[in-house]
Amino acid sequence: MTDLISTVVAKYNYWIYITLMMIGLYAMIAKNNLVKKIVGMNIFQTAIILFYVSIGVKKGATIPILEHAHGHEHHVVHAVDYINPLPHVLMLTAIVVGVATLGVALALAIRIYNNYNTLEEDEILAQIREK
Amino acid sequence: MRIIGLIIVVVTGALLIYAATDFPAWSDPASPASTYLSPYYIEKTMEETSVPNIVTAVLADYRGFDTMFETTVIFSAGVVCFFLLRIPRREEPEIRYYRHVLTGVTIQLKEGYKIPPSADFERIDAVWTPPDLIIKTGCRILIPFIQLFGLYVIAHGHHSPGGGFQGGVILGASIILLAISHDLRTAVRRMSEKLIAILCAVGVSIYAGTGALCLLLKQNFLDYSALAGVLHVDPITARSHGILMVEIGVGIAVLATMIWIYNNISSAGRYRQGL
Repeated sequence: MTDLISTVVAKYNYWIYITLMMIGLYAMIAKNNLVKKIVGMNIFQTAIILFYVSIGVKKGATIPILEHAHGHEHHVVHAVDYINPLPHVLMLTAIVVGVATLGVALALAIRIYNNYNTLEEDEILAQIREK
Repeated sequence: MRIIGLIIVVVTGALLIYAATDFPAWSDPASPASTYLSPYYIEKTMEETSVPNIVTAVLADYRGFDTMFETTVIFSAGVVCFFLLRIPRREEPEIRYYRHVLTGVTIQLKEGYKIPPSADFERIDAVWTPPDLIIKTGCRILIPFIQLFGLYVIAHGHHSPGGGFQGGVILGASIILLAISHDLRTAVRRMSEKLIAILCAVGVSIYAGTGALCLLLKQNFLDYSALAGVLHVDPITARSHGILMVEIGVGIAVLATMIWIYNNISSAGRYRQGL
């Protein structure tokens, strides 16, 4: 039992992302309203972003900006002193691209609403079948 | 559907939890992600590019090709929103409303009539509500500082947290704040749709153009050390300057796209009242 608890506590960050991801995935699959699906997509995205950022963390390290000053030759840099910059780079672009894709999703939702006067998936499908 | 969805989600979650037991522990310096490529970036960035902010250097230099297409994705998203939603201006006559700025008197004009653009009258929508004085004044004071901060974030991305994406979003947010606090017409008067579309394309072109310039100077695409001869600096500083050029391009593209997406979505493509 203590074994189990220590495993859970040691990796609690992964548990949080998995929970968030499950919430997002469930919203995308099961929700009937298109806007709720879009919200689910964003929750999913947040889970991935948090997951990536947490990969970069190192114990006792600082942000990946090197100490520097004019006139001083830079001293030797040790990789253990700075957190991993790579996940930050990937997520920085992913956040902005996420906003852009959210915009496209909302634009599509507006078009669908203009055509069918509803955002409920089953009602839209019923209207398509009627035609 | 609900049950099937729940089963899928639970199975996926269970698989992930099972997989998570093999993952490295929280903040482990010896984790695979921190041992393969990132030590190279951390130790060599200063020597190779003279940029202290490793994130900026990796973003715009080592992974410059990736970032270029990220910018293209953002550009495409803006264009897609425009094509999906924008309703072309109809030329058919409609009832127009004008407000006299000094007195606040609203005039309704019959179909087909219009007042030529002047400082005395501003055109408003049928559902126009006067913006609150406190909000209006507060935003008027805030917006210049937000824009200044956005420029700082872009220009200072080499030495502090920041860069083109962040600064561009801040600049875009300042115009969106104008649209929210006043109305969409005010924001569009400040920054017309044509200007936004041009800026959007210019931003991506600056990025791709910097890459192409390196190609013309007999180096690889986006290898900024080729700019050393043009800028009269050593190749290492040239990489730093190349990153700045690219970041400015990204900033312009992101700024324009954010406003474009907001304008189209908030007014459903009609460019009327907005939110």
